[in-house]
Amino acid sequence: MSTRSARVLPGFSLSLGVTLLFVSLILLLPMTSLIGQLSTLSWSQYWAAITDPRLIASYKVTLLAALAASLFNALFGLLMAWVLARYTFPGKRILDALMDLPFALPTAVAGITLATLYSRNGAVGSLLDPLGIEIAYTWLGIALAMAFTSVPFVVRTVQPVLEDLPGHADEAALTLGASNLYAFRRVILPHIWPAIVTGTGLSFARSLGEFGAVIFIAGNMPYRTEVVSLMMATRLEEYDYAGAAAIASLVMLVSLLLLLAINLWQGRFYRRLHGGRH
Amino acid sequence: MKRIGDGAATRLGLIALAVIMTTLFLVIPLAGIFYQAFAEGLAPFWQNLTSNFTREAIGLTLLIALLTVPVNLIFGIFLAWLVTRFTFPGRRILQTLIDIPFAVSPVVAGLLYLLLYGRTGWLGSILSEHDVQLMFAWPGMVLVTIFVTCPFVARELIPLMQAQGSAEEEAGVTLGASGWTLFRRITLPNIRWALVYGVILTNARAIGEFGAVSVISGSIRGETINLPLQVELLYQDYNTVGAFTSAALLAALAIVTLMIKALLEWHTHRREETA
Repeated sequence: MSTRSARVLPGFSLSLGVTLLFVSLILLLPMTSLIGQLSTLSWSQYWAAITDPRLIASYKVTLLAALAASLFNALFGLLMAWVLARYTFPGKRILDALMDLPFALPTAVAGITLATLYSRNGAVGSLLDPLGIEIAYTWLGIALAMAFTSVPFVVRTVQPVLEDLPGHADEAALTLGASNLYAFRRVILPHIWPAIVTGTGLSFARSLGEFGAVIFIAGNMPYRTEVVSLMMATRLEEYDYAGAAAIASLVMLVSLLLLLAINLWQGRFYRRLHGGRH
Repeated sequence: MKRIGDGAATRLGLIALAVIMTTLFLVIPLAGIFYQAFAEGLAPFWQNLTSNFTREAIGLTLLIALLTVPVNLIFGIFLAWLVTRFTFPGRRILQTLIDIPFAVSPVVAGLLYLLLYGRTGWLGSILSEHDVQLMFAWPGMVLVTIFVTCPFVARELIPLMQAQGSAEEEAGVTLGASGWTLFRRITLPNIRWALVYGVILTNARAIGEFGAVSVISGSIRGETINLPLQVELLYQDYNTVGAFTSAALLAALAIVTLMIKALLEWHTHRREETA
């Protein structure tokens, strides 16, 4: 690819101008206000704002629930990607379309629905209650809501990779007498695990920031079931803008680092995959 | 050809497991929305659906989507054209910047806008001197929705336009086509399905956005309550049927979105096979 031939096409200055204007107004300008707000805090105030014990409890709950949710999605997503990529069966198209439901359904709708279903007298909660399993108003409920809203990530990153895998490697392994599980582990898994990691990472990042789906089922009990997003919203409601900004800066840093790690990881993987061709 | 996992038992077992898990995890909640909405019969559902409160919420929701989608459609096309047809310093940074709305919590998005345009923000204080109030009003909700949904169209277009390359457009230039003709006659037909898909995703998110707009809205009845916020408000008021009526409306829209998406995929798949 040469940079010279690239400029043959028209519209460079126009598209650059429109893009920069938009990015500055919509993305960068609001961030200046965050920096402005943070600059009103001294280091010790900032440190105090992000290490408040109630907030630290919310970090723990959010991380634990997001970890559980993304691990669940890694397994569920792998199962769904496999079934949708490998088999044909009646109703497959409906199953495939359903995988995108969590993205299409507003998070608040998912939130009140899960909270209603899994509450102690809800349709599912009442079945689990005699077994001693409580979902609503515990970290499990938070994990459930996070898992629901981030279902598509693993399915949709693994599914296309599985579909593109040629069948002859499978055949060779099986012809040589490998068991299904062994062949899967040695032939399929090396191809798809980068996609699994990427999808799980995205699911984790989304779960960390989830708000709408979580707040209804969480019960929002201080020190026990408050998530970080809720803590920010609470600070804002108390007009503690500086406190909210301090938490937001930390949240943004963590999500950007995660995003960067996922992008780097993906780039390395694709370079290795297509490395021989260029 | 023999393939891994094609044994009848494995196959049936895995399909059954997938169907059961999807039913438990996705179908039951979806059905639950409609069940709750109609729990007390058709009359309360209809009453809630046609109430002034719901009508105003629908109006605001449509207004937000109507303003957000065109803005992000135009921006998405320009951005995709820029990063797939030209190389320039800072291209990577630009692409990472665009992903920020995806990566951050919607509450952070709302907070950024509140800090900027609120009374304490530097821009907000200038605007309020001129009696312009964006926060706790619908224009602020539109702005933050534009922020939250800005990556969708570009994200659909960029991989496709990268894969297609620019050979056809370059040929068009050599033949003397103007920029607009080039776009309309060559680029647009190639990307139209991805474009439609991007618009659908933007629209779905703009209609359903909750976290970011809840920070901005200030919950003024009849003015700044969109459908998702109405769902929350009614639910907190223990008006379960009311909350689930609006939720069912949003869920119906989600189902329509999924159906259009499935149709588009089926269409492009068929085109690929006949091509």
